[in-house]
Amino acid sequence: MNTLLFAMSILLSLAMIGAAFVAIRVKRISMAILAAGLVSLLASVLFLFLAAPDVAMTEAAIGSGLTTFLFFFVLARIRGEKRD
Amino acid sequence: MIKRLSVSLILASLGLIFVALLLGYSPDEELNVTGRYYAEHTAEDIGAANIVTAIIVTYRGLDTLGEVTVLFLTASIVGLVLARQSKNTPTIQAEPAGELLNIGSRLLVPLILILGAYVFINGHLTPGGGFQGGAIIASATLLMLLTDPMRRFSHRLIAIIESIAGLFFVTIGLLGIFLAGGFLDNRFMPIGEFGSLFSAGAIPIIYSLIGLKVGAEFSSMLVSLSEAEDS
Amino acid sequence: MIYIAMATGFILVLMGLYGALTNSNILRMIVSFTIANTGVNIVLVAVGYMHGRTAPILDKTVSVAEASAKVIDPVPQALVLTAIVIGLGVTTLMLAYAYRLYITKGTLDIAKFTELKW
Repeated sequence: MNTLLFAMSILLSLAMIGAAFVAIRVKRISMAILAAGLVSLLASVLFLFLAAPDVAMTEAAIGSGLTTFLFFFVLARIRGEKRD
Repeated sequence: MIKRLSVSLILASLGLIFVALLLGYSPDEELNVTGRYYAEHTAEDIGAANIVTAIIVTYRGLDTLGEVTVLFLTASIVGLVLARQSKNTPTIQAEPAGELLNIGSRLLVPLILILGAYVFINGHLTPGGGFQGGAIIASATLLMLLTDPMRRFSHRLIAIIESIAGLFFVTIGLLGIFLAGGFLDNRFMPIGEFGSLFSAGAIPIIYSLIGLKVGAEFSSMLVSLSEAEDS
Repeated sequence: MIYIAMATGFILVLMGLYGALTNSNILRMIVSFTIANTGVNIVLVAVGYMHGRTAPILDKTVSVAEASAKVIDPVPQALVLTAIVIGLGVTTLMLAYAYRLYITKGTLDIAKFTELKW
C-alpha cells in the first residue's frame, strides 16, 4: 500500500512537471491555458495524497475550474476584438 | 544575451536556495504546540468536526474577514476596469446555443445550486465550506452565461445579495462580542450535539453567509468579463 | 512522500518564474504566474504532512480522544485555502488589466509598451 502511494505520487509529479513544461513552451495560447489547468488538477490529486481534502476541493473548484474559465473568457474577448 | 544570462543567474541562485531548504528539512514526529491545541480543544470549545473549518471561521476568523474584503475589492475593481463606455446595444451577434446546451443547462443548473448549498451548509461536518460552495454556485452562473450569451444579468441582484451577506457576516461577528467571548465567537448559539447538522453554534450560519457572498462575487466577476466590450 | 511533493513544488516555482521572465506575450506571463502560485501552495501543504497520520477531520476513524495522536497539522491547510482564493483574485485583476492594455494599444507584446522608458 505504501509503495503504491509512493509510485503514484512520483507519476503525478512527473506529469505535473511535463504539463508545466508544455504550458511554457507551446506555440498556441489555448494549449498553454489548458496545460495550466491540467497542472492545477494534478495538484488537487496530490493534495489528496497529502491528507488535505479541504484544500483539494478548493484547488479543484477554484484553481482548475474558475481560472481556466476566466482565461478563456478574456482570450475570446481579445480574439473578438482582433477580427474587426 | 545579457537578459538570458541574468535570468539563468537568478534562477540558478533561487534553485540553490531551494535545494538548501530541501536538504535541511526534517519532518516533525509530534504535533507542535499550536496544532496540538487545535486538535485537542476543537471538539469541546467549538463543537465542529472539521478542524480546518473551526480554525478558519472562529480561531482565525479575522483572517477570513480580510480575505472576504480582498475578494470584494477584486470584484469591484474588475467591474470598474471593464465598465462599458456607453450603453448602446452589443454589436456581437452570437448564434443561439444548441438544443443540448439549452435542455442540459435547464436540468443541471438547479442541481449545481443544490450541490453548492449542500457543500457550504455542511462545512463543519465534512470537507467543504463556504469558499468551495461559492465556487460551485459561480459555475452554475457560468453555465447560464454559456447557454445564453445575450442574456442581461441584473447587476443589482448580485450586488444586493453580496452586500446583505457581507453585512450579516459582520453583524454576527459583532453579536459575538456582546453575547459571547469575542469577535466572531460562535458560542452565542447552542453548541448542540457533536456531529449533527445543527451543532457548532453559529458556524453553519457564518459559513453559509460566506458561501453566498463568495458565490455572488465570482458571479459578478464572470458577468463583468462577459459583458466587457469597447465603445 | 514529503520530499517528492516539496521538490515538485520548488520545480514548479522555478519553471513558473522562468516562463514569466522569458515570455513576451502578456497572457503567457499570467499563465506562468498561475503555475508558480500552484507550486508555492504545494510546498506549503507538504510542510504540514506527517507520516502515518490522517486528515484533520473528527469522524468514525478518528475519535475525539485520540485526535492529537492521529491527525496532521491543520494550520497550513487553513493558510493554503486562503492563499488559493486570493491567487484567483490576483489572476482576475491581471487579466482585466491585460484586456485594457490590449484595447488601448492593440498588441499584447510587452516589448511594445515603451511609454515608461526614458
